[in-house]
Amino acid sequence: MKTMFQKVWEQHEVVPETADTPAVLYVDRHLIHEVTSPQAFTVLRERGLSVRRPERTLATIDHSSPTRTEQIFGGVPIAIESAATQIAQLQSNCVEFGVELLDLKSDQRGIVHIIGPEFGFTQPGQTIVCGDSHTSTHGAFGALAFGIGTTEVGHVLATQCLLQRRPRTFAITVHGALSSGVTAKDLILSIIGEIGIGGGTGHVLEYRGAVVRALSMEERMTVCNMSIEAGARAGMIAPDETTYAYLKARPRAPQGGAWERAVAHWRTLASDTGASFDREITLHGSKLEPMITYGTNPGMVMAVSGSIPERRDDPVFDKALAYMGLHAGAPIGGQPVNVVFIGSCTNGRLSDLRSAAQLLRGHRIARGVRALVVPGSQQVKKAAEAEGLDRIFIDAGAEWRESGCSMCIGMNGDTVASGEYSISTSNRNFEGRQGPGARTLLASPLTAAASAVRGRVTDPRDFLNA
Amino acid sequence: MEPIRQIRSRTAVLPFTNIDTDQIIPARFLRTTTRAGLGQQLFADWRYSAGGALKPEFALNLPEAAGCAVLVAGRNFGCGSSREHAPWALLDYGFRAVISTEIADIFRSNSLKNGLLPIEVDEFTGQWLLEHPGAEVTIDLDSTTLRLPGGNVVAFPIEGFARYCLLNGVDELGFLIARQAEISAYEQGARP
Repeated sequence: MKTMFQKVWEQHEVVPETADTPAVLYVDRHLIHEVTSPQAFTVLRERGLSVRRPERTLATIDHSSPTRTEQIFGGVPIAIESAATQIAQLQSNCVEFGVELLDLKSDQRGIVHIIGPEFGFTQPGQTIVCGDSHTSTHGAFGALAFGIGTTEVGHVLATQCLLQRRPRTFAITVHGALSSGVTAKDLILSIIGEIGIGGGTGHVLEYRGAVVRALSMEERMTVCNMSIEAGARAGMIAPDETTYAYLKARPRAPQGGAWERAVAHWRTLASDTGASFDREITLHGSKLEPMITYGTNPGMVMAVSGSIPERRDDPVFDKALAYMGLHAGAPIGGQPVNVVFIGSCTNGRLSDLRSAAQLLRGHRIARGVRALVVPGSQQVKKAAEAEGLDRIFIDAGAEWRESGCSMCIGMNGDTVASGEYSISTSNRNFEGRQGPGARTLLASPLTAAASAVRGRVTDPRDFLNA
Repeated sequence: MEPIRQIRSRTAVLPFTNIDTDQIIPARFLRTTTRAGLGQQLFADWRYSAGGALKPEFALNLPEAAGCAVLVAGRNFGCGSSREHAPWALLDYGFRAVISTEIADIFRSNSLKNGLLPIEVDEFTGQWLLEHPGAEVTIDLDSTTLRLPGGNVVAFPIEGFARYCLLNGVDELGFLIARQAEISAYEQGARP
């Protein structure tokens, strides 16, 4: 009896691990972007190496790319020179080494973790890596997907393999069903709150149970995306009919007879009944609420309807609250916000934009609040515009941008000012993550949209039940 | 890479848990295409005020922290982003080892590949080190032990192959390239 992780791992062992050496693990799919790849190409060049299997690597530009239309399509230079240099470097590296690049003006460009699934490049049972910790996103398809460093990006380019020790397994089962207003983002924030931000270290998570089975693929990606915020390298969800329906007919998914064979294989991947995990926890979906972070890591999380916890004799906790300018024991509801960010590889997909737009329709964003909506990919942008979501955001007073990581990481100049509060659908509320001194409150698109309307942290159920 | 056998140094201490890689090197400094010079931006938002002046009270800015090659920090050091710029910045600044009761997975892997030793110790040792900045310690990679002032010696875990590479100054890429035959055989037999 094997877990899904075990099956995928064993199917990719080129050389199994021994006491002396880690396993040589084959990598099916490799995603690269402009920030963590330049030094890897430099090593290849220095050593006179080529890319072993260029067709298994896909490059795009997302982290430092502008989201202003004129800087991408209008002939206006990219405002940040170092970003422009980095982008030019990726472009020339891809030409030199024969790697496919979804370039700045491509209508297939977007955040790596959005476009992989979107085109069917991401498939069940694969090993998928990228020099980005949110590679865990792709585990939503039953792939073993994890973030790597730049040295390892070089290893994959040169050999299509990585040296890896086998991680432990951790089953997270969520029974029941989620209540109205409680989203996949609230589910994963609850899980991180439960196990802590180091709770998954050394483990691959498998999300299971009725709540997980009922999630759409986009929601599953939101959950797996933040596995790293619990310290886990990867998170996985067994593929099922939802997965196959999502993938079927996507441009890079198997077609015709190959599709049938692929699905037959994918059906064998789920963990066997009775397979044992190194750790297990169980949650109940009906007990979960809309969640928001109040501190400086994603484990410092609470119900939007609750009060900030109190902890005695914990200077690190006190330091976090001092940075945030928040007070233990105070309710988080009603806390004024300056900025609202809707986007990122966590919540920048079409269903996320629909959910925010549904709440914003007919409302205005509160005076003095700046709202930025950044689709996760150019395809998401196009689809959103086709159904008029851009009009809803613009009419409500939000800015509608080109795709990219944007204000999640603030590398492209989309930042939050020092001391300002940002309610953000992204994945990290670390000090300075959205700009030096920025104070980030992580929440779902619904909670972000509700808070945008009131200009204060707001439980989205106030609107949904109205 | 230079072989590493032993590191002997006083410690600098950051007594915080969950120090993430965004603190080690903020994202705005990742718009670079080389790995050089990142020590300048190590812990930038903790080390410098908004105007760019050094914050005198920050642990690494204290005169006694100058020249320390071993950094001690609270549990779960290096969590967050996979940026290898974090160990590059620590190394460029002059650190050769990081000691914590828990070190995040990707940061540990990145550190080992660059010759920054990620040393995990038990709670008792970790707490003692946090409370004694400037302690003179010796990390011996050959015997995988940490010697504390007063002569106490504690063992630390380190992945065996990474240890071999560090002791011999070789890198993993050479090992992988030497597996070409196995990789080709796997590709012949593997599903697409």
